[in-house]
Amino acid sequence: MAEEKKTEEGQEPVPAWQLFYDNIFLLLFLGIAIPTLVYTVWGLMEIVQIPELPVFKP
Amino acid sequence: MAIKEPERIWWKPYTRDERLWVAMALLWMMVSFVFMPVYHFIGAQNPPNETYRVGDKEKFRALVDGMVNKYKVGEEKGFPIVKPEPGSDVFVQASMWQWYPILELQQGKTYRIHLSSMDITHGFSIQPINMNFTVLPGYDYVVTLTPTTAGDYYIICNEYCGLGHHLMVGKMIVKQGGN
Amino acid sequence: MDYRICSLTGFKIHKTAEDLVKWNMVTAILFLTLGGFMGLLMALTRWPSVHYLDATHYYRFLTLHGFNALLLWILFFEIGLVYFTSAILLNTRVVAPFVGWIAYALMLVGAMFVNIVVFAGKADVLFTSYVPLKANGVYYLGIIIFAVGALTAFGHFFANIIQAKRDGAYKNTLPLGTFGLAAASIIGVFTLAHGAVIMIPVFFWSIDLIKYIDPGTYRLIFWALGHASQQINVCAMVAMWYMSAAFVLGANPVNEKLSRTAFVLYILFINIASEHHLLVDPIFSTWHKVVNTGYMMHLAVLASMIHAFAIPASMEVALRKKGYTKGLFDWLKNAPWGNPAFSATFLSIIGFGFLGGITGVIFGTEQFNIIRHNTFAITGHFHATVVSGTTVAFMGGTYLLIPYIFRREIILPRLAAFQPYLYAIGVAVMLIGMIAAGSYGVPRRHWDITFSSAIFPFSFDPSTDIFLSIMGVGGLLAVLGGVIFIIVSLGSIMFGRRTE
Repeated sequence: MAEEKKTEEGQEPVPAWQLFYDNIFLLLFLGIAIPTLVYTVWGLMEIVQIPELPVFKP
Repeated sequence: MAIKEPERIWWKPYTRDERLWVAMALLWMMVSFVFMPVYHFIGAQNPPNETYRVGDKEKFRALVDGMVNKYKVGEEKGFPIVKPEPGSDVFVQASMWQWYPILELQQGKTYRIHLSSMDITHGFSIQPINMNFTVLPGYDYVVTLTPTTAGDYYIICNEYCGLGHHLMVGKMIVKQGGN
Repeated sequence: MDYRICSLTGFKIHKTAEDLVKWNMVTAILFLTLGGFMGLLMALTRWPSVHYLDATHYYRFLTLHGFNALLLWILFFEIGLVYFTSAILLNTRVVAPFVGWIAYALMLVGAMFVNIVVFAGKADVLFTSYVPLKANGVYYLGIIIFAVGALTAFGHFFANIIQAKRDGAYKNTLPLGTFGLAAASIIGVFTLAHGAVIMIPVFFWSIDLIKYIDPGTYRLIFWALGHASQQINVCAMVAMWYMSAAFVLGANPVNEKLSRTAFVLYILFINIASEHHLLVDPIFSTWHKVVNTGYMMHLAVLASMIHAFAIPASMEVALRKKGYTKGLFDWLKNAPWGNPAFSATFLSIIGFGFLGGITGVIFGTEQFNIIRHNTFAITGHFHATVVSGTTVAFMGGTYLLIPYIFRREIILPRLAAFQPYLYAIGVAVMLIGMIAAGSYGVPRRHWDITFSSAIFPFSFDPSTDIFLSIMGVGGLLAVLGGVIFIIVSLGSIMFGRRTE
């Protein structure tokens, strides 16, 4: 806490990546959206598309 | 410090050793990355991904029974021994607590082994070579396999399926070439 | 508002935050006691020459071991860390304290439901409760109540950091420890939401209101709860490493950007590792498996590699600053090995990284998984991550926080100094035995691997007997270490000398 008082507000701009990392709620959104889409939704789509057992010649 | 807010701008370039470490880790990752799909083309042993939905379990049971009637060559401890034609569809059914029937396969020939459960989840674990697949009720998992070594193999269940879990042992016989 | 200034750290500590940390931590230790005792019974049963329990009790207590040691001990401790990082580290307050108590009460009630119904013999379904194996409805209800409680607590974390920013407790960037718990909370929301999505229908199925639950869908969604909840542990554990290094050594992260990048990679990519459980399942296509375990998952592995670099590096820098500059390893030699908060952190890094991480990456490969799925080697892998990693880190965290939060000194300091080594070595021996036995095909969750009463005779390679005995001996050492931990931690909390 002591060190940050040295910097005055509004000197050099904060890098965009730093702003992204500091945006916990954007991370919250992405952290839920990415695995939900890649793992859950894709997985459910595959389950729905599984074909019926074909007829086998005895 | 990890317990205090950092300075106003902490987004700073990496130092040389940091870059080196991350590059090395990334390289290792890339090798792993690439190998998983590549092995599907160059490797001999990959997890199969052919699956069908079994609407009515009796339908699968009928396929098993049909195969047993057609190809039965013997019996061991009350279980039929079935010797299907190479290249054909072979049906194995799991239930609490048995694998049915006993298969007799020929070394070097390829079979399409269909696995499905009649009740709850089971684990198809071929011993002693230790190969493992999940068997679900309502799904047919097609494992295409070519036995390479003759001998007696046992199929144990490695997914907890109730109190008789440890009784669930099946058998698979691989015979040397010829007929 | 009721605050005090901590005489040891200078933090301004809000009374409610402190109480919430205390209650969650003590509850966690009590559940560890129960789960650890069940663990002892497990080790004694899987040890071939002992084979202590009968089949019914083995599976029943295995269910309890998983639930108490994996879920309750770890999640209660993590909720304690939620309040520690979102209020105490920021020198600020807990907003709407009653929310914290409601969350705690829900978690406790859910935990009791599950424990009671399993003890009563109505839910011998193991931790995974794969449908259509059916338990009494109370079991699923307990899990749902527990999950709602934990979800509330993770939600509380976000409320706290919003309020903290409004109160000016931090300007733009959360301290790294709090950021780590933010990652844990984000993963917690994903995990517990999936838990609710699957457990609510399963509950209705168990009381016959729903006819059919698809077993494939259950496995898909369950593992987004079952495996992803372990990723909460990973984030909380790594945050604990950074915090311990900071509190004990005054270490600074060598590069905030590097360490935070690692946490961001966890947030974005680690949850899809749930696929590891489905690699030899029917249903999912090769691409689903490859993308989920391979491509993106490895970005999370990269994150762990970063932490493995950043934390020891920060320790080295801090110790060199203290004057241990001779040669390459003077700093390592002079690290505070007698301080259990430090030694536990160090042991946890080694156990998690070398034993847990490496086995995880190997077994998580599609092709390798064929020869390891559901064998005892998997049990070895997750004991490396969860026990020798997370549990050891949280034991260190307990030693660290007792003076700060409970304002007591650690009793029996020599025993406490020795405890992390005993426990970590015991666990390492145990899990190496497990992995070795598993590589011969010995299945996990199995009461009788001699198949003595099965219809066909099959026996494993005789060397598995030796590996399983090694596991048993390691297990006993670990239990001894665990008992010492419980005596020292609870003893210090109750009888330790007051620090102020």
